[in-house]
Amino acid sequence: MSETAIRPKLVASSTGDRLRKAAPLLLAPVMALAGLIAIADPATWLTLTVAGLAMGLMIFIMASGLTVVFGLMDVINFGHGAFVSVGAFVGFTVLAWLTGWTENPAVMMNLAAVFLAILAAMAVTGVLGLAFERVIVAPVYGHHLKQILVTMGGLIVAQQLIHVVWGPDAIHVARPQTLRGSVIVFDAVIEKYRLFAVAIGLVLFLGMRHMLKSTKVGLLVRAGVENGEMVEALGYRIRRLFLVVFMVGSALAGLGGVMWGLYNETITAHMGSELMVLVFIVVIIGGLGSIEGCFIGALLVGLLSNYMTFLAPKVALVSTIALMVGVLMWRPEGLYPVVKAK
Amino acid sequence: MIDRLLSGDRPNSRPLALVLIAIALALAFAPFLFPGTKSLDTAARICIFIVLVASYDLLLGYTGIVSFAHTMFFGIGAYGVALSLSALGASFTAIVVGVLGGTAVAAALALAIGLFSLRVKAIFFAMVTLAVASAFAVLVSQLSTITGGEDGLTYRIPRVLTPAYKLLDMRILDVRIDGRLLAYYLVFVSALVLFLGLLRVVNSPFGRTLKAVRDNAFRAEAIGYRVIWYRTAATVLSAAVAGLAGALLAIWIRYTGPATTLSMEIMIDILLMVVIGGMGTMYGAVIGATLFILAQTYLQSLMGAAEHATAMLPLIPDLVAPERWLMWLGVLFIVSVYFFPDGVVGRLRSRG
Repeated sequence: MSETAIRPKLVASSTGDRLRKAAPLLLAPVMALAGLIAIADPATWLTLTVAGLAMGLMIFIMASGLTVVFGLMDVINFGHGAFVSVGAFVGFTVLAWLTGWTENPAVMMNLAAVFLAILAAMAVTGVLGLAFERVIVAPVYGHHLKQILVTMGGLIVAQQLIHVVWGPDAIHVARPQTLRGSVIVFDAVIEKYRLFAVAIGLVLFLGMRHMLKSTKVGLLVRAGVENGEMVEALGYRIRRLFLVVFMVGSALAGLGGVMWGLYNETITAHMGSELMVLVFIVVIIGGLGSIEGCFIGALLVGLLSNYMTFLAPKVALVSTIALMVGVLMWRPEGLYPVVKAK
Repeated sequence: MIDRLLSGDRPNSRPLALVLIAIALALAFAPFLFPGTKSLDTAARICIFIVLVASYDLLLGYTGIVSFAHTMFFGIGAYGVALSLSALGASFTAIVVGVLGGTAVAAALALAIGLFSLRVKAIFFAMVTLAVASAFAVLVSQLSTITGGEDGLTYRIPRVLTPAYKLLDMRILDVRIDGRLLAYYLVFVSALVLFLGLLRVVNSPFGRTLKAVRDNAFRAEAIGYRVIWYRTAATVLSAAVAGLAGALLAIWIRYTGPATTLSMEIMIDILLMVVIGGMGTMYGAVIGATLFILAQTYLQSLMGAAEHATAMLPLIPDLVAPERWLMWLGVLFIVSVYFFPDGVVGRLRSRG
């Protein structure tokens, strides 16, 4: 056989093809641009955009765990919201202990208090995730219907336990000194905490991307999403990998809970299940199992709901549903479908 | 005769048959057997929830689809009647308009949701319905000019159905024969007809195809059944029946608000009733709804007693307080999905 015959041919993809691949990436900027046109006032627009990015990134933190867990093991966890609530309450407790640190104007003290709260929340929700996986999810692998029912039951129990431990009332969470108030950039009033949330969210997204694209664990996770049986056949224990991913996902939900609690400054046992609505919309828009899709979906939902709250407050939540319907009409499996149809 | 009424779907177990007959008789003669406003109200609720749960079971148990929007359809039916009674005044025409309108809207919305989310994966449906139902509940509480917001709507129903109307001047078995009694029998008969109708549906060729879709969608498609069509049809049918159940509730309690029709708590109650009674059998709905509503009405006072009895111990009084009733239901729910996936009916049947 001559050598030329097997030489691979490189065909440059057409502009249309490239555009189709990149189209989801363009959605968030397009949305921001549309927002600018609709709102017309640049200062207001900037405030809303930063708020939207902050909200989107916080939702991304909560949704990422859910989507990878689904991609890897075909497990859909309707109890994910429980970790958000528990995280928020643990974070609140730690911040309440550290009142001396949070009321102190020193920046480092404040940040240290927030990070301790986040660490505690992530540790607790991580362990809780382990227990949840072992006790509640493990017996119903491969059975979607039972998974949905059982994890829903787990959510109810967890919410009620929060009522037992922390009482049934909504609790006010005070932000540390440094994160209160706002700064003025180009005439736009921007809350400091939102900038902080955007920073944490971006760092996490980049870290997660690096983890998934450039480390061995990440490679195994991606391979597991693609074809779990093959990964097992090659000698890796996918069950153990899955358990770790489940724990990390739960811990991320806990982190999201702390951040959302500080963002809203009130926490309730139901906040997790209320946020799950947005989380599900994001996961569906992004395509089940896809981190990138989840990221884009979260930004879209965050931006859209902030613009709509300004433009037409009554239909804000409905507009995100409309967005989801629109995306599903365009791409029925979500923006970046990675999981083979099951 | 009875066989035809039950569409050939016999209980197939003597204890089950006895329990069902007892429930049917108790509900049929509830005003005479258990006098009092509270017990009559409980009986009417049981009738309404039997229909609601049975229609949900058509989806969950027979078609294998999890929906979280069932209370939304229930609420649409209730609001249909509530809005038309408020707008057109207390007349039977208003009730008919409300029932037809509400049911049509529920069915149309179910069709829309089904068509765009059942296309890909059944699992999408659970998430999409959860999102849509929450958005709907928020919308209803925000559009307060139309729906009364969180306060809901209070309206008058035709006088014939209220306690003020006397049908006969005498008492039968010491029970006044008034409009309230008529209203109860309106609820009871409608519930019975709807339940028998659903029983007919699940035992028809259509119902059998639904089971085939549930057990193996791929195979059903391969034999030549359009799976999406069957799934969507089941969704629409169950939404319409849920809407009718909502209309019955709206007529019975003369009030419609988000808390009584749209809340997530009611959705969870429905799930519990289906699972406890037994998925995939219409009789499960009867048993689940009856047990659950009786427990909801009467067990909570028992838990209050337990709280007092254990007041000395740490933590335990908090765990058995009546407000924690939902937590024990959650535990019961998980345990029953694991160990009794066939529910009470499945247990009774397997004993023979």
